[in-house]
Amino acid sequence: MQAIARTEVEDFLFAEAELLDEWRLPEWLELFTDDAIYYVPATDLAVDASPENNLFYVADDRFRLSERVKRLMKRTAHAEFPHSRTRHLVSNVRIRKQIGDDLEVSSAFITYRTKDGVTDTYFGSNRYRLVPGAGTFRIKEKRCLLDSEGLRAQGRVSIIL
Amino acid sequence: MNAFQRMNTALMIDESKKIFKVSRQAFVDPDILEAERRQIFDKCWLYLGHSSELAKPGDFVTRQVGGRNILFARDGKGNLKAMLNTCPHRGAQVCREKHGSAKSFQCFYHGWVFGLDGTLRSQPGETSYAADFKERSTSNMQQVPRFESYRDFNFICFDNGVESLSDYLGPVREYLDVICDQAETGMTIVGGTQEYSMRANWKLLTENSIDGYHALTTHATYLDYLKSATGALAQVAFEGSARDLGKGHAVLEYRAPWGRPVAQWIPSWGEEGKRELSRLYDGLLERFGKQRADRIATFNRNLFIFPNLVINDIMAVTVRTYYPAAPDFMNISAWALAPREETEWARKYRLFNFLEFLGPGGFATPDDVEALEQCQRGFRNSAEAQWNDISKGMGKENPSYDDELQMRAFWSNWNEHVFRVPA
Repeated sequence: MQAIARTEVEDFLFAEAELLDEWRLPEWLELFTDDAIYYVPATDLAVDASPENNLFYVADDRFRLSERVKRLMKRTAHAEFPHSRTRHLVSNVRIRKQIGDDLEVSSAFITYRTKDGVTDTYFGSNRYRLVPGAGTFRIKEKRCLLDSEGLRAQGRVSIIL
Repeated sequence: MNAFQRMNTALMIDESKKIFKVSRQAFVDPDILEAERRQIFDKCWLYLGHSSELAKPGDFVTRQVGGRNILFARDGKGNLKAMLNTCPHRGAQVCREKHGSAKSFQCFYHGWVFGLDGTLRSQPGETSYAADFKERSTSNMQQVPRFESYRDFNFICFDNGVESLSDYLGPVREYLDVICDQAETGMTIVGGTQEYSMRANWKLLTENSIDGYHALTTHATYLDYLKSATGALAQVAFEGSARDLGKGHAVLEYRAPWGRPVAQWIPSWGEEGKRELSRLYDGLLERFGKQRADRIATFNRNLFIFPNLVINDIMAVTVRTYYPAAPDFMNISAWALAPREETEWARKYRLFNFLEFLGPGGFATPDDVEALEQCQRGFRNSAEAQWNDISKGMGKENPSYDDELQMRAFWSNWNEHVFRVPA
């Protein structure tokens, strides 16, 4: 298969960030494969820890991820009503390796969330497993590794990182 | 004279009229926080950690408890030690890692080396010190004044004169037994700590952790989720009671429709889950008889231990403790507790369950954070809008899990500590 340029991956990740910042979460969900996972591990765990025997902040399979999106679009998702304003900045994008047709990609992120006069910063790295196809990608795994010590003072990951 | 000095109680109570109100000043006043530090956190038993976190000699964690920095370690003989994490020489924190395994602890400032139990082993330039310097207990890292355990839950107290932990817990012990007896070989903390914060007064989390009244509105989306997930609900109604356990402790014990990995089956756990849970239930039956087995397996418990420990045995078991950093800010640490001998299947589903509801990335806790922070914002009006109402269920012979008896138990004891008078 043809070599994939980093810029293609970057364009995809930038587009993902835009969907999140514009709260187009149902469209964002479509980026994921049917067997996708989305993880945010606790910050005192090894980077490759499994949620089957470790406590995470978020460990969604595709079904629960779709429920997370459904929830966040409701007025009764109180933590995000009215919606917070966010800005996902994506940088340091690298293609780590190719596993079969899939790509292992890493990026650094800073995400600002502001609501009710309070702005919180989330920062860390994302590890993706991307499935190339039809001129774009689908996300099979997104593992969001926070660099902060816990979630102080953010208090919650009520947005998607 | 400040407002706090003019107050002699934060409560307005009239049993005959079923009035129970809490002054909102209790959530905003820095002088009240100072009184809480002196009269509650310096005087009460506080949770330090679970024995399973220090599996083998040399294992340690460092933790903030009651405003102090504590080094909690298992020494070479296997004994647990709770030490003030400060060098007896000039005060630097000796251990600067959050957790790990060590053979000794060395203060990097001047190089003093301490054993796992805090005893001074060596210091550079020993010949310049008195001959008996190392024999003096003042040369060692200081142990916390009191350190006692119950069922692997380790507590410390900074008041030497405090009653024994066992007396302090009183009837709480029986609930800890019920929670711990789900395991045959003991409970263990699962890897990973949820550390978060809220821009809210710490007592709001006490109330929230034992509040059976808020679920339907605050957690509407969680309940929507359970309904939309195929087979996520058992045919069980919310039903149960609240109990005042004395000394500010309280518990809710109730049935609920979510799955419990010990041992309330839900259809989405399939045949494998059914076999697993009936095996667990049969084990409980054999060990405890039907009545207690049913209680362990199918009843949920939200257990509050004064002043700031919550052990919720719900769709998973969480241990949660929290401290004020300011009147309107608290730091929270939460862990998952599970039977040591649990199968891979059960552990996986337990943690899946945990994250559905609990923690700052769950489907429920973020909305609790929002609710508590909104309360704190509301308290900006406390000069005019002065009172919280927690009278629900007053005068009932058997208060329901969704009444507010447990909040009244907490506040009455809190008031005694802070104002040194019975409510």
